Amino acid sequence: MELLLDASLVNWSRAQFAMTAMYHWLFVPLTLGLGMIMSIMETLYVKTGKEEWKKAAKFWMTIFGINFAIGVATGIILEFEFGTNWSNYSWFVGDIFGAPLAIEGILAFFLEATFISIMFFGWKKVGKNFHLASTWLTTLGATISALWILVANAWMQYPTGMTFNPDTVRNEMIDFWSILFSPVAINKFFHTVISGWVLGALFVVGISCWFLLNKREKDFALRSIRVSALFGLISSLLLLYTGDGSAYNVAQRQPVKLAAMEGLYEGKNGAGLIAIGILNPEKKSYNDTLAPYLFKVEIPKLLSFLGYRDANAFVPGLKDIIEGGYQTASGETLSFEEKRERGKQAIQALADYQQASQKKDTVAAKMYKDRLMKNYAYFGYGYLDHPQQLIPNLSLVFYPFHIMVILGIYFIVLFAGVLILSYRKKLEHLSWLQWICLLTIPLGYVAGEAGWMVAEIGRQPWAIQDILPVQVAVSSISAESVRLTFFLFLILFTSLLVAEIGIMVKQIKKGPEAEKIEE
Amino acid sequence: MITYSFLQHYWWFLIALLGGLLSFLLFVQGGQSMIFSLSKTEDEKRLLVNVLGRKWEYTFTTLVTFGGAIFASFPLLYSTSFGGAYWVWMIILFCFTLQAVSYEFQTKAGNLLGKNTYRFFLFLNGLLGTFLLGVVIATFFTGSDFVVDKANISNPLSPIISRWQHPWHGLEALLNLRNVCLGLAVFFLSRTLAALYFINRVDHEMLEKRSRKYLWYNAIPFVVFFLAFVIWTFLSDGFAVHPVSGEVYLSPHQYFLNLVEMPAVMTTFLLGIVGVLYGIIRTLFSENYRKGIWFAGAGTVLAVLGLLLLVGFNNTALYPSATHVQSSLTLSNASSSEFTLKVMSIVSLIIPFVVIYIFYAWRALEKKRTNVEEINEDPHAY
Repeated sequence: MELLLDASLVNWSRAQFAMTAMYHWLFVPLTLGLGMIMSIMETLYVKTGKEEWKKAAKFWMTIFGINFAIGVATGIILEFEFGTNWSNYSWFVGDIFGAPLAIEGILAFFLEATFISIMFFGWKKVGKNFHLASTWLTTLGATISALWILVANAWMQYPTGMTFNPDTVRNEMIDFWSILFSPVAINKFFHTVISGWVLGALFVVGISCWFLLNKREKDFALRSIRVSALFGLISSLLLLYTGDGSAYNVAQRQPVKLAAMEGLYEGKNGAGLIAIGILNPEKKSYNDTLAPYLFKVEIPKLLSFLGYRDANAFVPGLKDIIEGGYQTASGETLSFEEKRERGKQAIQALADYQQASQKKDTVAAKMYKDRLMKNYAYFGYGYLDHPQQLIPNLSLVFYPFHIMVILGIYFIVLFAGVLILSYRKKLEHLSWLQWICLLTIPLGYVAGEAGWMVAEIGRQPWAIQDILPVQVAVSSISAESVRLTFFLFLILFTSLLVAEIGIMVKQIKKGPEAEKIEE
Repeated sequence: MITYSFLQHYWWFLIALLGGLLSFLLFVQGGQSMIFSLSKTEDEKRLLVNVLGRKWEYTFTTLVTFGGAIFASFPLLYSTSFGGAYWVWMIILFCFTLQAVSYEFQTKAGNLLGKNTYRFFLFLNGLLGTFLLGVVIATFFTGSDFVVDKANISNPLSPIISRWQHPWHGLEALLNLRNVCLGLAVFFLSRTLAALYFINRVDHEMLEKRSRKYLWYNAIPFVVFFLAFVIWTFLSDGFAVHPVSGEVYLSPHQYFLNLVEMPAVMTTFLLGIVGVLYGIIRTLFSENYRKGIWFAGAGTVLAVLGLLLLVGFNNTALYPSATHVQSSLTLSNASSSEFTLKVMSIVSLIIPFVVIYIFYAWRALEKKRTNVEEINEDPHAY
C-alpha cells in the first residue's frame, strides 16, 4: 500500500499519459484529414462517374485503414488510463468527464466500427450511394468521437457547468449545455479537428508529389493534389482563425499558460507578440533579476490585441500573476499566497464539514459548507506549497507555441502556392517544390504535437484548472509499476509505429494501380 | 417514478447489458485462440482470420463503451477498480492493443514483425483477454482488497480516495479458485461461441467439421466451470447492503436469494442458460443446423445480464471489498449524481437506433457464407 504521495509517481504517470496521447495524436489527425479527403473523392466519383476518382479514393482508403487500426490501438489505452493512472481525478470529475466519454462510445465509436467495414468490404455488396454514405459516416464517426473527448479536455482547461458537492466529495454536473457549448470546447473542437484536416491535406499533397518526382501516376497525383491543396488551403485558413480563438480563450481563462507561451514575466500594457526568440536558460525563478530572453523579435502590441482585442490592454506576466494586485474585468486579482490561503481554508472547511456532518451538527455543517463554497474557486491552490509550482516548464510551452504558429503560416503559403501552380499546370515541372511538399509531411505532425504540448504542458500544475493539481489526481500505485508499464507501452507503440510506417511505405510504392489490378 | 434510485438501477442494468453483449462478442477472441489449432492450411487460417476480422471492432468498441459507461455512471467503480487492480487491467488492455493492429497489419508487406507474430498476438488476446475479464468479473461476487475513504481528499499529504491494499494490484484475484472458475468459463464460452460462429459463417467443409468437433471440446468444460462458479457462488455468502443505513454486511446465500427474490432476473438468467444450451446441443446433434450462434449468442447476453444484476440490485454491493467490507461500492455510494444519470439516460435512448443500424450493416455484408475464393479475390482481405 502506498500512502504518501511520491513525486516520481506523479512524474511517471504524467509521462505515461503524455506518451500515450502523443502516440495517439500521430494517428488521429491523419484519420480525420484523410477521412475527409477520401470522402470528397468518392463523392466526386459518384457525381461524375469517373473511375479515376474511385481509384484515388480507394488508394487513400487503404492508407486510412492502416492508420486507423493503430489509432484505435492507442486510443483504448488512453481511455482507460484515466482510471488506471488518475483514479482520484476519475472520481473527482467522473460525474462530468465520464458523460462525454460514454456518449462518445455510444454515438461515435459504433458509427465508425459499423460503417468502416462496409467501406472496406462492401464495394461489391452494397449500392454506390449506400457505400458513399458509409464512407461519410465513417468520417463523421471519427469526427464526432473527437468532439466528445475534446469537450472533456476543454472542461479540464475551463471547468464550467458544475458545482462541488461536499457530501459526495466531487464535482457534479448541473448544466450539460454549458459544458458542451463552452467557448473553450467549441473552439478546441474546431481547432483540433481542422488541424487534422490540414495534416491530411499535407500528407496527400506530399505523397502525390512523391509520385510526380518518380514520374508515376501523373493523373492520379495531380487529381489528388488539386482536391487536397484546395481543401488544405481552406482548412489552414480556418486553422488560423480558430488558433486566434484559442489564444483569446487562453488569455481570458488561463493567464499563466498565456504568459508561459510568450515567456512573459513582467506584465505590460500594449504587450508585443514574440515572432521568434530564445529563452534565457539561466533564468530559474520568476523573481530573479535575469533577463527572460537571450534574443527576441517582437511584433508590437499584438499580444494585447490577440488576448484582449485591445492593442493597449494589460497582459499580466508570471510575476504579476503570482504577486497579484493588477486589475482585470472582474476586479483586482489575488496573489498566489492569497489564493493558496483560500484554498487551504476550502480544504479545511471540507474536512470540518465532513466531521460536523458525521456528528449530525447541522449548524456547524452549514457554516463549514458556506466557507467551503466561498473559497472553492481556489480549492486546488491549497495543495500547492510554493509559487514556482504554478509555472509550467517554460521551454516546453514557449518553443512549441512558436513552432506551431510559424508552421501554421507556412502551410497557408504552401497550399496557396501549390494550388495556383497546379491549376496553371506548372507544378508537375517543378521538382524542387515537389520535394518541399514531400518533406513538409513530418512538419504537419510536428505542428500538431506542438499544439498539444502548449495546451497540456501549459495547463500544469493543474489536472483541472485551479481545482485539482496533478499530484492530487493520481492513483495509489507504486512509481515502479507505472515506470514498468511506461516502458512496456513505449516499446509496444514504437514497434507498431515502425511497422505502420513500413506498411505504408510499401503500400504507397505499390501505388493506386494496385487497387485497379486487384479489382 | 423516475427517482434517483431508479436511475441508478437503470444504469446498472445498462452496464450489465453491455457486459452481456461483450461476453457474446468475445466469440471473436475465442476464435482467435483457435486460429492455430482449428486450421491446417494457410487458406484455412486466412479464412478464419477474415471472418473474425469483420467483427473484431464490435467487441473492441463494446469494451470501450463498457468502460466509458462505468466511468460516467459509477465513477467510483471506475476509479477504484482501474486505479487499484492496475496490473490485471493493464494486461487486459495490453492484449487488446495488440489485437487492434493485428488484423490490418498481418498480411501487409513491410509489417516488421511478420504474419505469424500478429497471429500470435491475436491468440494471446484470445487467451488472456477472455480469461482475465472473467476473473475480474468474478471479483464482483467474491470481493477485492481495497479501502475507500472520501475524507482523504482533505489531507494534502495523502489525498487519494481509493487505495488498493494488496501489493499485486489485481493479480491476487488469480489466487481465488472461484475467480479462476469464471475466468475459465468465459474462456471456454468464447471458444464455444466461436465454433458456432464458424459453423454459421464459414463456407468450408473441413473447417465446419472441425468446428463441430471443437464445439464438444469447449462446450463441456464451459458448462463444468460455469456451473462450478454459479453453484459455489449461490452457496457462498454475499455482500448485502442495509437499505436504510447503507451498512454492508455478509449475508448467507445472498446471490441465490437475489435470484429467488427477483423473478424477472431469474427468468432472464434461466432463459439465457436455456438459449445457450439449446444453441450448443442442437448444433451438436443436427449436422445441417447452423443457427446455433444466434441462440447461444442471445442466451449469453441474457445469462450474463441476469448474473450481473445479482450484484448491484436487491440491496447488494456491486463491487465489494472483502477485506474492508464497509468500503464496498454500492449503487448509491458509487454512482454519478442524479442530474448526470438523467442526461445520460436521455442519451441512452439512442441505443436502439445504434443496434438497428449495426444489424442492418451486418446483414448487408453477410448475405451469404464466406469462402476461400471470396477472401482471395478481395483486395482488402486481411
